[in-house]
Amino acid sequence: MLTPEILFAGVINGLMAGGIYVLVAVGLTLIYGVLHIVNFAHGSLLMLAMYSVFFLWRKPLGLDPYVSLPFVTAGAFAFGYLLYRSLIGHFSHGKDENILLITLGLSIIIDNATLFFFTGDTQTIDVAYAGHMISLGPAVVALPKLVSFGAALLICLLLGLFMTRTDMGKAIRAVAKERQGARLVGIDVEGVMAISYGIGIACLGAAACLLMPTFYVSPTSGHAFVLIAFTIVALGGMGSFKGALLGGLIIGVVESIGGLWLGEQLGQIGIPLVFILILLLRPTGLFGAAR
Amino acid sequence: MTRRGLTLTGLSVLVLIAYPWVFSSNYAINLGFLVLFAAYLGQTWNIAGGFAGQTSFGHVVFFGVGAYVSTILQTAYGVNPWIAWLFAALGGALLGWIVGVLSYRAGLKGAYFALITLAVAEVGRIVANSVPITKGGLGILLQADPRPANFQFRDPVWFYYIVLALCLLSLLTAWQLTRTRFGARLAAIRENEDAAQALGIDSLREKVKCLTLSGGLCGAGGTVYVQKYLYIDPSIAFGVDKSVEMLLVSMIGGAGTVLGPLIGSGLLHVVGEVTRDLGNMLPGVSNAQPLSLIVYGALLIAIVAWLPDGLMGLFRKRRKEARRA
Repeated sequence: MLTPEILFAGVINGLMAGGIYVLVAVGLTLIYGVLHIVNFAHGSLLMLAMYSVFFLWRKPLGLDPYVSLPFVTAGAFAFGYLLYRSLIGHFSHGKDENILLITLGLSIIIDNATLFFFTGDTQTIDVAYAGHMISLGPAVVALPKLVSFGAALLICLLLGLFMTRTDMGKAIRAVAKERQGARLVGIDVEGVMAISYGIGIACLGAAACLLMPTFYVSPTSGHAFVLIAFTIVALGGMGSFKGALLGGLIIGVVESIGGLWLGEQLGQIGIPLVFILILLLRPTGLFGAAR
Repeated sequence: MTRRGLTLTGLSVLVLIAYPWVFSSNYAINLGFLVLFAAYLGQTWNIAGGFAGQTSFGHVVFFGVGAYVSTILQTAYGVNPWIAWLFAALGGALLGWIVGVLSYRAGLKGAYFALITLAVAEVGRIVANSVPITKGGLGILLQADPRPANFQFRDPVWFYYIVLALCLLSLLTAWQLTRTRFGARLAAIRENEDAAQALGIDSLREKVKCLTLSGGLCGAGGTVYVQKYLYIDPSIAFGVDKSVEMLLVSMIGGAGTVLGPLIGSGLLHVVGEVTRDLGNMLPGVSNAQPLSLIVYGALLIAIVAWLPDGLMGLFRKRRKEARRA
């Protein structure tokens, strides 16, 4: 039975998970909004970032995931920037399907390279505070989930300020709105695109650090996040920050309530169903501009 | 198709028919089966993804629905597998029609269409994992009873020839797409949908027809798989791997070409075997399977970057240059 207490706990847990989803989806929506590319490698890159958190935490270094957050985020930015400069930007020829296929190829390579080097075993990290529970009314929440929720929203806020208050942010928005116009006023469009891709991947680096205390990583971890992230972005509207924020929280709750209502197995159906329905009924999403 | 193309196709068909006589070990026959099976599924992808430009990331869903339809009809309702095969094709076609009508009505194109097919396959996987009729994650085991009337054979060469026949059927279908008005309309839609519509092509109808055809053929493949391996479960039936394989063999061989999937599948399997053997020679490597997938991913990127028409494009380019010289 779904009593109000269970429902409330479900909503709270959903919101906590949703915070992380927001961070993953913000990266995706930024990349889409600026570069008009569908980054199918998003899940695989998140998985890769999660592995780097795991290896930083392991023996010789022993870095706490929260301590490694700035490093992993910076590393992810550099990785994304170089990836765009060396591969994606060159080979796309500006066609939508081409980029989709390039990023698909990239995700196949990343997934199988991790499988080859790190085996298919799932890896987890143990931190002392993982089991620390905090009660919010009738709901009980693990401390790392609360931290990740707050940190994810904070990072989104910072990103929002960066986009509105800095020159680089303005340049990114200019390129997103009007590529030719941006080029005409002297913006280095290619550079801005590479930086945007880097920022999108940096969000994944931060998300990975926040996820690892309560999650596990294996070479297939990315798969679960690909569809979630695309659903959020479609729900919020491709390219919309506000949409990704609201969409992420909604999807977190949908997933959690779906699990409670339909059970562990069938409950997963909520996300692909929402995705299909949104694309069929309102392809512009909640906040997206008409395509 | 040109005269040269016809000769080439005729020759490859003869080689494929003769293959089991020359290489009669079980290993060789099973490898041949796998190459042809991937080529067949790839061709069904190619009919929608190559000839009509409808890139799909979840084509496995048609395969999976076909596999489950015929298997459930057999195990739960006692239908003869040969008849169940027909229903598998119908099931795949029906799903193709539904997906086509819904997504093309909503105006989904390019990446959006690719992603919605991915989501549909995911729905299939979750449903197959949760409902009692598919036995959930346990999967369904078919009773082994090797009789031709039962669509089961003791000698693997039978499945080789069945899938060869399917392959030829799909080749013929694809060939028809290069010379009929229907195929020309699909090509027009692929190249420029707005212009095609301006010329009076009912693009919604043509695309739905194409996906229905592709889904039906793909569904028929599902039955062959289960009859050969006598087992199906949700991750085989709806897993991303098969969708990706279908896309890879067509893209690498040449999307929108008749022989592309066959050539792509042959090359992928050769590359796969070679990388696996080389990988196993490396010290400390226990599973070299991922290595071949890494090569596939790299091949896909290389094809998109330099050879948008796949290996077939390479042949064509050289022929054109030869003619010019």
